[in-house]
Amino acid sequence: MSELVLELKDLHTHFFTDSGEIPAVDGVSIKVHEGEVVGVVGESGSGKSVTSLSVMQLIPKPPGEIVNGEINFKGENLAKASEKRMKKLRGNEISMIFQEPMTSLNPLFTIGNQLIEAIRLHQKMTKKEARKKAVNMLNLVGIPRAEEIVDEYPHQLSGGMRQRVMIAMAMSCDPELLIADEPTTALDVTIQAQILDLMRDLNEKENTAILLITHDLGVVAEICDRVVVMYAGQVVEEGTTREILKEPQHPYSQGLIKSLPKIHEREQKLYSIPGVVPKPKMGRVGCNFAPRCEFAFDRCFNENPALYPLENGRQSRCFLHDDKEGKVEMHAEADIRS
Amino acid sequence: MKCMQKPILEVNGLKKYFDIKGGPLGRKVGEVKAVDDVSFTVMEGEILGIVGESGCGKSTTGKSILRLIEPTEGEVLFEDKDITHVNGEQMRQLRKDMQIIFQDPYASLNPRHTVEKIVGEPLLVHGMKSAEQRKERVRELLEVVGLSAYHATRYPHQFSGGQRQRIGIARALANNPKLIICDEPVSALDVSIQSQILNLMEELRNQFNLTYIFIAHDLSVVKHISDRIGVMYLGRMVELTDRDRLYGDPKHPYTQALLSAVPLPDPDLQKERIILKGDVPSPANPPSGCAFHTRCPHAMDICRQVRPEFKPVEDNHFVACHLYD
Repeated sequence: MSELVLELKDLHTHFFTDSGEIPAVDGVSIKVHEGEVVGVVGESGSGKSVTSLSVMQLIPKPPGEIVNGEINFKGENLAKASEKRMKKLRGNEISMIFQEPMTSLNPLFTIGNQLIEAIRLHQKMTKKEARKKAVNMLNLVGIPRAEEIVDEYPHQLSGGMRQRVMIAMAMSCDPELLIADEPTTALDVTIQAQILDLMRDLNEKENTAILLITHDLGVVAEICDRVVVMYAGQVVEEGTTREILKEPQHPYSQGLIKSLPKIHEREQKLYSIPGVVPKPKMGRVGCNFAPRCEFAFDRCFNENPALYPLENGRQSRCFLHDDKEGKVEMHAEADIRS
Repeated sequence: MKCMQKPILEVNGLKKYFDIKGGPLGRKVGEVKAVDDVSFTVMEGEILGIVGESGCGKSTTGKSILRLIEPTEGEVLFEDKDITHVNGEQMRQLRKDMQIIFQDPYASLNPRHTVEKIVGEPLLVHGMKSAEQRKERVRELLEVVGLSAYHATRYPHQFSGGQRQRIGIARALANNPKLIICDEPVSALDVSIQSQILNLMEELRNQFNLTYIFIAHDLSVVKHISDRIGVMYLGRMVELTDRDRLYGDPKHPYTQALLSAVPLPDPDLQKERIILKGDVPSPANPPSGCAFHTRCPHAMDICRQVRPEFKPVEDNHFVACHLYD
């Protein structure tokens, strides 16, 4: 594997609210290598967005705080970095694209203004040069009439176009790492296909590592090399895209994939995981998923499972994959197959 | 599937134009053709899916049928009766048989009312005066949609998204309707909750012999639940056929592109992707001829000039495209 770009080590981001401490991110470890696209999937409330905001140090403080863990970006621990240092990194070496292209552009400034600002903040360039670069970036992300669009305002563009502008801005300083938080969720499928195509292209051409946060397993299959599945603030499974989608090991990933309606086949009844996603809580004993899990046994309610290694560097946070529970695993496997 | 001979709803040439006001005097300066000549029939007991991208007019179509938005032109026959010209009181009576479930379970429930009041209101409006009876019926409805009777005294904020959508469904079911229009009922929900709601809706359909018009943008969801599916683009219906034919043998170039654009959670699937160029044109100024010709890979001269007719190319398979003339 090539060089490590980002490594999260046992990251804990907690929110301190009136109703107590909430461990939104509860011990997350993720590695992203050079040129790799890593997907983080999970339902709402699983902590995937808070994870990405933690990397950028954009967690509002208070109420949020990174209480523990390391965020190693090319060997530098960002959890300890000063705000001044972060300002240098953000938008330069690490860029981020948000879900809402409608709200993440300033409506009072032209597209060019905003692009040029980002470029000049990090690179020594005259206004003229920066403007030229802005036009180039817009061309790169496939915006027609880039020369004119530079002087237009965000409201004059469609959702897909605005997301392209966001990507152009994020890519303008050749970041090592691009964090994309649900970049296509607000877009229509035909536009989504265009944007995914563009991101894949940039990843291949510029060798930018991408950390993609999404809830859509279809998007993951399209673009990611590796997938991390999150549930209630923890990583529950990790593996290559193929492995996760074809042979999910953790009961939650299995349930999630089974409950998707398939476009090519039709089953009479959809599989569904009973219950709802729990709210993260301090001092919870037992596996977070146990109350909804069909394989749960005594141990699941009394002990917290660790991430157990599987073959090929995969990991699963489930007692079924603990060697001590060897027998149970076989029993459960038989259940899954049937 | 069920026997479905009798049409319960017929929509003929439905149009909804919204005026664009502008200028210092607020005069009408244009029109948004949100729904532009849409016709289809819904059979009793079937689920008709309507898919399309945002702005294609699918929600407006749904609301125009119920006259929550007054249609500009066209007729809507519910059980052979034209309902576009009946007066307010008659329409109110009719809505007993036609209900709607909205997309956003957060916005469609009044936060100041208890579940009992929310679900009980349609009962009161339609003449169930006894509070005792209403209470009883609300409890019954909550059980039907998978909640518990004790939830009746709670407020919407005390529920999760999936549970709120169940409340919305209970409200729609209150007066034993025949037709329910579901406007993106699962779009706001997480995957694992979405499947719970889809299963519930199918169970209810079988249990109460309901007819659904299921409006959504998610093609996999629509495929799962619908018997027949209509595809809309820029206010027009471009293709309408039964589920398996639409997904197995799509005729309209837009349907083909739309289906190919859906990302599938299967890494082994190799497929020919048709990436459409550009954006959906503005419905205030739709292209001449076929609305899709600006993005269509097969566009011909005639497409720019003549609007294609929506007609059957084979039995029960309607397409609006000049390729099949």
